Amino acid sequence: MQIRSAFAAVSAACLMTTSAAVAGPEAEVLHWWTSGGEAKSVAVLQKEFADNGGTWTDMPVAGGGGDAAMTALRARVLSGNAPTAVQLKGPAIQEWYEEGVLADISAVAEAEGWADVLPASIAGHMKCEGTWCAAPVNVHRVDWIWANADVLAANGIALPTTWDEFNAAADKLMAAGITPLAHGGQAWQDATVFEAVALGVLGADGFHKAFVELDKDTLTSDAMIATFDQMRKMRGYVDANFPGRDWNLATAMVMNGEAAFQIMGDWAKGEFMAAGKVPGKDFLCISTPGEGYLYNVDSFAMFDVKGDDKAAGQALLAKLIVGKNFQKVFNLNKGSIPARTDVALDEFDSCAHLSSEDMAASNAGGSLLPSYAHGMALRGAQSGAITDVVTAHFNSDMSSADAVKMLAEAVANSM
Amino acid sequence: MSEWLERHVPKMVLAPSFAAILLFVYGFIAWTGWISLTKSRLLPKYDIVGTIQYERLMASPRWDTAMNNLFIFGALFIIIAMVLGLALAILLDQKIRTEGLLRTIYLYPMALSMIVTGTAWKWILNPGLGIESVVRGWGFESFTFDWLVNPDFAIYTVVIAGVWQASGFVMALFLAGLRSVDEEIIKAAQVDGIPTMRIYSAIIIPSMAPIFLSAFIVLAHLAIKSFDLVIALTGGGPGYATDLPATYMYAMAFSRGDIGQAASSAMVMMLVVFAIVVPYLYSELRAKND
Amino acid sequence: MTDYAAPSAYASRQRSRTGQIALRWLLYALLCLFALYYLMPLFVMVTTSLKSLEEIRTGSLVSLPRKVTFDAWATAWSGACTGIQCEGLRPYFLNSMMLAIPAVALSTLFGALNGYVIAQWRFKGANLIFSLMLFGCFIPFQVVLLPMARVLGMMGLAGTIPGLIFVHVIYGLGFTTLFFRNYYVSIPNELVKAAKVDGAGFFRIFWSIFLPLSLPIIVVTVIWQFTQIWNDFLFGVSFSQAGTQPVTVALNNIVNSTTGVKEYNVDMAAAIIAALPTLLVYIVAGKYFIRGLTAGSVKG
Repeated sequence: MQIRSAFAAVSAACLMTTSAAVAGPEAEVLHWWTSGGEAKSVAVLQKEFADNGGTWTDMPVAGGGGDAAMTALRARVLSGNAPTAVQLKGPAIQEWYEEGVLADISAVAEAEGWADVLPASIAGHMKCEGTWCAAPVNVHRVDWIWANADVLAANGIALPTTWDEFNAAADKLMAAGITPLAHGGQAWQDATVFEAVALGVLGADGFHKAFVELDKDTLTSDAMIATFDQMRKMRGYVDANFPGRDWNLATAMVMNGEAAFQIMGDWAKGEFMAAGKVPGKDFLCISTPGEGYLYNVDSFAMFDVKGDDKAAGQALLAKLIVGKNFQKVFNLNKGSIPARTDVALDEFDSCAHLSSEDMAASNAGGSLLPSYAHGMALRGAQSGAITDVVTAHFNSDMSSADAVKMLAEAVANSM
Repeated sequence: MSEWLERHVPKMVLAPSFAAILLFVYGFIAWTGWISLTKSRLLPKYDIVGTIQYERLMASPRWDTAMNNLFIFGALFIIIAMVLGLALAILLDQKIRTEGLLRTIYLYPMALSMIVTGTAWKWILNPGLGIESVVRGWGFESFTFDWLVNPDFAIYTVVIAGVWQASGFVMALFLAGLRSVDEEIIKAAQVDGIPTMRIYSAIIIPSMAPIFLSAFIVLAHLAIKSFDLVIALTGGGPGYATDLPATYMYAMAFSRGDIGQAASSAMVMMLVVFAIVVPYLYSELRAKND
Repeated sequence: MTDYAAPSAYASRQRSRTGQIALRWLLYALLCLFALYYLMPLFVMVTTSLKSLEEIRTGSLVSLPRKVTFDAWATAWSGACTGIQCEGLRPYFLNSMMLAIPAVALSTLFGALNGYVIAQWRFKGANLIFSLMLFGCFIPFQVVLLPMARVLGMMGLAGTIPGLIFVHVIYGLGFTTLFFRNYYVSIPNELVKAAKVDGAGFFRIFWSIFLPLSLPIIVVTVIWQFTQIWNDFLFGVSFSQAGTQPVTVALNNIVNSTTGVKEYNVDMAAAIIAALPTLLVYIVAGKYFIRGLTAGSVKG
């Protein structure tokens, strides 16, 4: 009896939301921003959406950096019940477009003049065969070094600007009994460190050839061997208990002074901030040695769905996402910087300013590059194959030459 | 009720379930087999291109590791959980005063989802946080328990956590089995002066054959499907040292958008399961028909 | 309970009194040692859930809380963000209940009928059918996700609770049938024969003879199915949509955010809260689980 009445209550509630939604723009949004700070950031968007008369239905699925959400997305698309808007990024956007399931939002993009306010390389990710198919939310920088200011000062170490300086600093810290590099041994974290090292060793051009074009000669070059050599060194700078550690526990090690450095994207900043640490005073941020900027851009793609209310919802959502206000508020919460270049950064911290300046410089100098480790550069099968090799090398005593050979084979096998 | 109907009612009752299994298990296996012969990436495609996915699978060192791990993990998990379950059941069967409490303690892990329990285990097994550091804190400085972070031993930590989760359920099955053995036979054996050990090994345990079947099926099914366990405990690491076929398949299908590859790995995995489970089922069911 | 002497009783009479006591102590020590092994993760979870985030960040992860706080529990229940809504696990409990209860009831019913047919109304091919159903237990769920999504879409059940119930019932059939078949197979066939002579039909025999005998195995099946369905994440995340997500998906959303700040105390509290219904089933029904099976074995 109780179950039946509960059932009735819920079906009634469902009916009510459906009928209410017919009135205005409507969107069911699949995303994986679920934790406190992230959720608050999305709530900003939801509020703006509601203020403009829209009805937002939230469909959050966290886990595995979006893996679980992608699982749900596939099932939803196959069952003919795709969500209205989905958090998607990198080449996955184009992959889904090729499956013929994405909607065209060029009308909004042109009306809003996206082409003028987005850096060209980022705009490129949002386009599918010339039409706009996704809206960018933010730019995370991946190639950061986070450092404990007190530890560096106590040991007389300056922030490293070359990998040799990094190694020298790390050796000094080792001698002083401090773990030089806080690291969590999960495949994606190994890949994050690897791409930062690769950017420094291969240079911007080499990085592009290797991880965007998958050029075989670059993948098997001496510079790639040197990259793996440096990774072997990095392995020595990590404490013994790193496997499986969550990235934020590694961040905590830097905070507590157990470790000096961490190489991680700028979401790590949020962890420092949450603990009440001040950038520039308690902790320091600097890009990893070498020219270039590895970006990880979050974006929303709109799926082909029936109904005018939903189409209106997609248009409104796309407009708001790239709107100045949301870009500012969201990124203040999230630790990243706005994707559009004309947002005032007065309220942002020093690390965000550095990120923004470097992005503009890299964009001009052609070294603004997509992060391979975070699914911006390659399709899943290829980037996964590379990560397999990187993590296998990092967690064994494989030689650099073997790793490079394995890398070429894995990439060939993933095509 | 007509005679024909009377005769066929049992089959008609079974038919819907059987039809559902045919479609949703065997039909889907056939579908997977088909997909494994295609170049499906993000979504299924149906143009057959041959056995390329199987060739890719065989060339993948990660798949090798996953299959090896399945054998190591599967064998250890099933054997240890069975032995431990049986041992606990026998111990608990000795008129223990606090049986109810202990039983609940042994049984509760099954109730918890691994999504978070994995984190707790991760801390316990981590040398810097858990057992090793606690024991060292007691003064045993040379104590080492670093399986979790050692690529050669990490798979055994998955066994530890897996056994923790499943052995209580097996214990319950066996305990029920022990209690349902005909007491007259046991009494007779005791009167004859047969030692306790012998009563267990010669009379009680052999009479529990159907329970062994249930326990085996439950455990084998858990072993093959172990997915949450690995994801939560090691995430497949260090490196991919603790990858299992189920995690490999999931990674291919859903993180990497390589559905054809995932389908071929699923087919190989099911073939292996088939080769192990079918002979066992066959012998068990035949024995019982006699 | 049972009234026969345990096998150990006879043997112990032969041993000396002290030896028996020593053995008894050893037995208890052994049992307690195992209890520690089983309780360890729960200890970590409970203590962590009672600490403040500050203490977790600075102290050892595996230690007693210096200052006990229940904030994390309150947050997990009604304040943690699982997306835009920060209402904790509470709203998702209802979804899981509406999903688990009918799914458990239906799969148990089908399992009982199937087991009854296979064990007591043997016909040619019954064992083959049973084997095929059993092997169905081994299909990895990752394999069925995509085709099942298609089927649910065609049936118009995509993203609904009835759709999830359907999936759970289908993939529960193998196990429920196994449990009931193994139970009924030990009930003498003469019972059915005699009832048939008395003029009882298929359903009448099931209803008035077998079902009353089945309480113990029903308990086992319900425990198993409830645990599986309540804790399922893969089906829950794939075949739900906004508004029908079960509690495991909400738990996952709290726990598994990638780039957000981690609140371990809330994670652990949420995990324990999400497990309460299954824990309750184990604590309440666990007694009947064993006792029932034992009592039910007075098979004629």
